[in-house]
Amino acid sequence: MTPTSPLIAKRRGRSAVFGLSLLRFLAIVATTYFGLLAVTFFIGRVIPIDPVLAVVGDRAPAHVVERARETLGFNLPLYQQFFLYMKAALTGDFGISVLTSNPVLTDIRRVFPATMELATVGTLIGTLLGVPLGVLAAVKRGSLVDQVVRVVGLVGYSVPIFWLGLLALLLFYARLQWVAYPGRIDVVYEYSFTPVTGFYLLDSAWQGQWDVFRDVFRHIILPAGLLGYFSLAYISRMTRSFMLNELSQEYIVAARAKGLSESRIIWRHALRNAAVPLITVIALSYAGMLEGSVLTETVFSWPGLGLYITNSLQNADMNAVLGGTIVIGSVFIGINMVSDLLYRTLDPRTRAR
Amino acid sequence: MTLLQFGTSLRAATAGATLALMAFSAAPVFAATPNDVLVQALAIDDIITMDPGEAFELSAAEITGNTYNFLVRLDLADTSKVKGDLAESWTVSDDRLTYTFKLKPGMTFASGNPITAKDVAYTFERAIKLDKSPAFILAQFGLTGDTVAEKAKSVDDTTFVLTVDKAYAPSFVLNCLTATVAAVVDQKLVTENAKPMTATDDYKYDTDFGNEWLKTHSAGSGAFTLREWRANELVVLERNPNFPGEVAKLGRVIYRHMKESAGQRLALEAGDIDVARNLEPGDLDAVSKNGDLGVTNATKGTLYYFSMNQKNENLSKPGVSEALKYLVDYDAIGSTLIKGIGEVHQSFLPKGVLGQLDEMPYKLDPAKAKELLAKAGLPDGFSVTMDVRNTQPVTGIAESLQQTFAQANVKLEIIPGDGKQTLTKYRARTHDMYIGEWGMDYFDPNSNAETFTSNTDNADTGTNKTLAWRNAWNVPELTAKTQAALLENDADKRAEMYRELQKSVLAEGPFGVIFQQIAVAGVRKNVKDYKLGPSFDTNYVFEVAKD
Repeated sequence: MTPTSPLIAKRRGRSAVFGLSLLRFLAIVATTYFGLLAVTFFIGRVIPIDPVLAVVGDRAPAHVVERARETLGFNLPLYQQFFLYMKAALTGDFGISVLTSNPVLTDIRRVFPATMELATVGTLIGTLLGVPLGVLAAVKRGSLVDQVVRVVGLVGYSVPIFWLGLLALLLFYARLQWVAYPGRIDVVYEYSFTPVTGFYLLDSAWQGQWDVFRDVFRHIILPAGLLGYFSLAYISRMTRSFMLNELSQEYIVAARAKGLSESRIIWRHALRNAAVPLITVIALSYAGMLEGSVLTETVFSWPGLGLYITNSLQNADMNAVLGGTIVIGSVFIGINMVSDLLYRTLDPRTRAR
Repeated sequence: MTLLQFGTSLRAATAGATLALMAFSAAPVFAATPNDVLVQALAIDDIITMDPGEAFELSAAEITGNTYNFLVRLDLADTSKVKGDLAESWTVSDDRLTYTFKLKPGMTFASGNPITAKDVAYTFERAIKLDKSPAFILAQFGLTGDTVAEKAKSVDDTTFVLTVDKAYAPSFVLNCLTATVAAVVDQKLVTENAKPMTATDDYKYDTDFGNEWLKTHSAGSGAFTLREWRANELVVLERNPNFPGEVAKLGRVIYRHMKESAGQRLALEAGDIDVARNLEPGDLDAVSKNGDLGVTNATKGTLYYFSMNQKNENLSKPGVSEALKYLVDYDAIGSTLIKGIGEVHQSFLPKGVLGQLDEMPYKLDPAKAKELLAKAGLPDGFSVTMDVRNTQPVTGIAESLQQTFAQANVKLEIIPGDGKQTLTKYRARTHDMYIGEWGMDYFDPNSNAETFTSNTDNADTGTNKTLAWRNAWNVPELTAKTQAALLENDADKRAEMYRELQKSVLAEGPFGVIFQQIAVAGVRKNVKDYKLGPSFDTNYVFEVAKD
């Protein structure tokens, strides 16, 4: 009788736990998707807008409306429609957007990079300014700097973005002419470069089209700046409180006693430890922007996912709405996974567990 | 680095970054569009397809008018007449059943393919067989999928013959041929891009007649070709060097989707756009006072009206609809809410159409209205709802109605809704009152007469869902009169018949027409020869030039 070595037993236990958690994870993802689809689908069918109108237009004669209703299957019972939709969606067919006459996937492939570019620039601005400001506020707790950062954060938190957006447009576009009119690129620059990645800043720079790059920059800076400001408000507050927590720990006292310089203590020790929860904060704020900042995109006519879904919803273009919802759901799940991974890399303790 | 140093360097870095951003953004502004590009701001969210055989939306009509040619077009000098476009001449047989068109020789499509009578016949064939929204404009001549090949056919390369089923007024037939559904398409190009279909009971043909491709492309001979349509974003037209007429001066025309009047005004003032098309009265005023900008306008065939569902027991009482028409402050609405974008008009045919009637018998008169209501057995008034789409100017007008109705104790409850939402309800005729617009389907009096005064089957299951049907207005006599006017050969007599129909609707119809739309455009001063036409498909941009 050779008892299994405790080490092997532990390993087995670990892989079993891992398998189980993977299964649980998949189950959660599947349920989330199903719920997402079901809710959106049924909301889309019960809103008092006839989706056929979006297909044939306001002025279509009655027989054309009826025929379209049958072709689209809207005369079937709801559960059958849902089943048919699920079947198509599982094979990756999200149908045709009636608003744009394009396959929904083609549309999303075009609008999503716009949202992603805006969110990325916004998050970069928010993080690059928000983290140092938060650190500063924590280090100089109670000082004037702290108060200023607090007020800036409070304003960013509480002022509605569409209002600030309109004011910013009035000032920077209408009065000062520093930035360009809402939109992603001036219409006269259409076709002057080939979008490869869909990130216009990258594309134009890559192709050496510097006048286009400048135009794109003049378009993106204001909405991205606003989004950045809002995430700055959030990120700086969170950084401050994480930092305060770290700075009151005993290892900081130990480091000081050891004679380390203040900047080394703050950046290498305290911030390093505060970074772990901070990653989640930044990731969530990024995900929030990726789901399409509907108001920002509306105010700045930004042809992104938020505007696309809003337009589709208003026209009861349910294929487009459902497709968009799935993309957003996936982005959220994806970003959560990535931030979990980052967690493990940054915090050695989670790796050991 | 000490804490103090750290703070200082951070501040320096932040300030530096901000300065850099500002410097970059403040680089010289390119606040004018290039000279051969015209940028127009227009709400283009109504477009759902660019296929002339399918499109029935106003913005799409403007694109079709500029990218296609027709057998005949409206004569802009006198819009009750038509003039030849691709057709050099035409004759009508004595029995008024056969129309023979002779095409101008030697013309080509934008693709370079020659324009022949075969293309005209194909245009009719695909429109009828596809049977989309605007197909009825041609189908009403008795064309069906089975007969179209025989009844609309080419005799030789330059002769096209159309046979109709009744002795219609020739003015009616010719007016219908100016509709965008009759825009002549390039058969060769369209066939090359057609998609095979499986024939079913509902759709008996093995091709989609290029419908899917034409949704986002053009295949015409107009002064411009469609380069791209991006829904809710833009439409780009480019010059057609093969245009049979004088080639356009502009190389590119861009329609930019902008919904808000204030935004259009800002962009126009800044020089980011050349033409603003959806200006509301306040912004219009500001634009007209700006020395760099001008304003141009044209009366359009679109009417704004409110209607009274005859299924409602109060609204159907004799005299009630008349009373409510006396409870509208036409003067106040005309001088404020629609100032510059509409003019007060009360009959169902807009100005500029054969048979127009300029009479305006109604003005705000609460005493008269009270008297009529008392006679109808409603001396204390009544309560009623109105479905209103949440856009201007209808919202403002509805609020004005609410106030003036109250002067005769009629309590009006406004139900605001999204456009498609109110329309869905209206189409199901479950509303009490409705306020909205009506644009002519084609530039002929029958278009409006048929919808306002014809109701062939008032049952809920009725298939001819005209405005009269939507408001459950059962009028067999007027329906017969409308049909008779269609067959009147003499244009003057025909006009007189429509005037009588309009008088009937004015007196007792469940429709209160309030005003006729005036389209306005704010235009930058360096844009030359920019004109708006009487309809969307006559908003031509091929003569426009820029300094």
